[in-house]
Amino acid sequence: MKAVLAQIAPALGDPELNLRRHLEQARRAARAGAVLIVFPELSLTGYLLQDLASDVAQDARAGAQTARLAAASRRTAIVAGFAELAPGALVHNAAGVWAKGALAHLHRKVYLPTYGMFDEARYFAAGEVLRTFQAPWGRTGLLICEDFWHLSSSYLLSQEGMEVLIVVSASPVKGLRASGGPAGAVWLSLGRVVAQFFGCYVLYVNRAGCEDGWTYSGGSFALDPSGEVLAQARELGPDQVTVRLDPSRIRQVRSAYPLLRDEKLDLVRRELDRIASARYAGS
Amino acid sequence: MPARRPPPRPDPALDLDLAGTQRVLTSFIAGEVLRTGRKRVVVGLSGGIDSAVAAVLARRALGASGVVAVLMPYRTSHPSSERDARRLTRALGVATERFDISPMVDAYFASDPRAGRVRRGNKMARERMSILYDRSEVHHALVLGTSNKTELLLGYGTLHGDMASALNPLGDLYKTQVRRLAERLRVPAAIRAKVPSADLWAGQTDEAELGHSYDELDRLLHLLVDRRGSRADALAEGWPRRMVDEVLRRIAGSQHKRRPPLVAKLSARTVGIDFRYPRDWGT
Repeated sequence: MKAVLAQIAPALGDPELNLRRHLEQARRAARAGAVLIVFPELSLTGYLLQDLASDVAQDARAGAQTARLAAASRRTAIVAGFAELAPGALVHNAAGVWAKGALAHLHRKVYLPTYGMFDEARYFAAGEVLRTFQAPWGRTGLLICEDFWHLSSSYLLSQEGMEVLIVVSASPVKGLRASGGPAGAVWLSLGRVVAQFFGCYVLYVNRAGCEDGWTYSGGSFALDPSGEVLAQARELGPDQVTVRLDPSRIRQVRSAYPLLRDEKLDLVRRELDRIASARYAGS
Repeated sequence: MPARRPPPRPDPALDLDLAGTQRVLTSFIAGEVLRTGRKRVVVGLSGGIDSAVAAVLARRALGASGVVAVLMPYRTSHPSSERDARRLTRALGVATERFDISPMVDAYFASDPRAGRVRRGNKMARERMSILYDRSEVHHALVLGTSNKTELLLGYGTLHGDMASALNPLGDLYKTQVRRLAERLRVPAAIRAKVPSADLWAGQTDEAELGHSYDELDRLLHLLVDRRGSRADALAEGWPRRMVDEVLRRIAGSQHKRRPPLVAKLSARTVGIDFRYPRDWGT
């Protein structure tokens, strides 16, 4: 089963232009027989939206662009990021999976980075839910950028049976040092840890291009369940890579390293309850 | 001949991935110029290292037709300034224009002949800015800035003069980092070997005016800014108290030069306060 990682440079605040680019790439992926094409975080809108976030926010199913993404997903599933206008006039940094003509899964970014160069919690409401969903290519979890930096996100999804983890991001160049390797090297290190800990595929799709002086680092990659790099897109510029997902690889890796079999969910829950009660006791 | 300075010595604290930096900066210039619908930049060439590096980066990002170099000597400018700038423009094969700013500056001060050198220097810097913005209209171009991070942090520049630009590729590089990038970009040796000077009056040098060498200033600024070190951390690292206090005073005292003008808050939504859109909005 082929999956396409579409490392694009979305236009800022122009969902219609971005939609046309999504549809064009999705059509090509479908012609090439891919089951899935993944676009980066906020791929329909661009990342540095600030007050534009509420201007371009739309419903996940009936939005001007989301409805057309759904319609275009009959042959190849599409993962794309957008500003979601949710009930209660909440605006979320969200990513959807559209398949067979409809929205199959929606993830609202749980961890909104608001420190250093990031200011997301000013403009977005935080998501409260982490769930996997069943897809033709396996049980799948979807995380957005900062979500992935909290190991508990991948852990929870893995306990629900995740076989493929999709991470979409808008990760910028920051602190380029000669001794630090390529701009996105840390993502690859973390991705390999997660793939090996949980015996799952990791599809990481970052964006390219620049906005307001930020340059996004690209370097999207796919890892197999043993943490091997299947493919990597180039740094900085737009790129596209195709990888093959093979469910038998998950079985092989998990029989060699039965880490999930031996996981003690009850112990984790019991200890977390104890730690949480102690932390909030008397406060 | 202007004075020579010894070659820079590498400093691990200011370690920089030069190849990565070059890629990010050319991508930044190309991306941020082309998104506006314009295809070129105008850059004022002083014969010094900062404007030379900016021009070489722009030439690589946009091609020879994408750069217009503007030489704007004053009658007291050192002859080597123009000679070195011309040598660079010939090597780059970019269009070059020359405007003598002496008549405008002298006409203004004719009624106030006792004006001191700082006021005259500021006037020259603003005269040049005024020409660059006019030439950017003629060439349907953007004004490329050349202020480095050391200057920006210390406020060592003229507000609405050399600090004015549409985009600045050097603003996050310390002076000593600009020097290393210049070496990689093969900026002519005559320009790289020069003692840094704004050349606003005879014998002026940056390091004499700032009271410390760039090597020292950059290492201290890197500690205070990039590594988020406190005054106590700097003293513990052995930096002289007087220098630390002077640098901290300079940083805080020049904050107004790094921000747009203050707007008095009156309405429900105010430009610059709670009307927040990205600068790249609409491009």
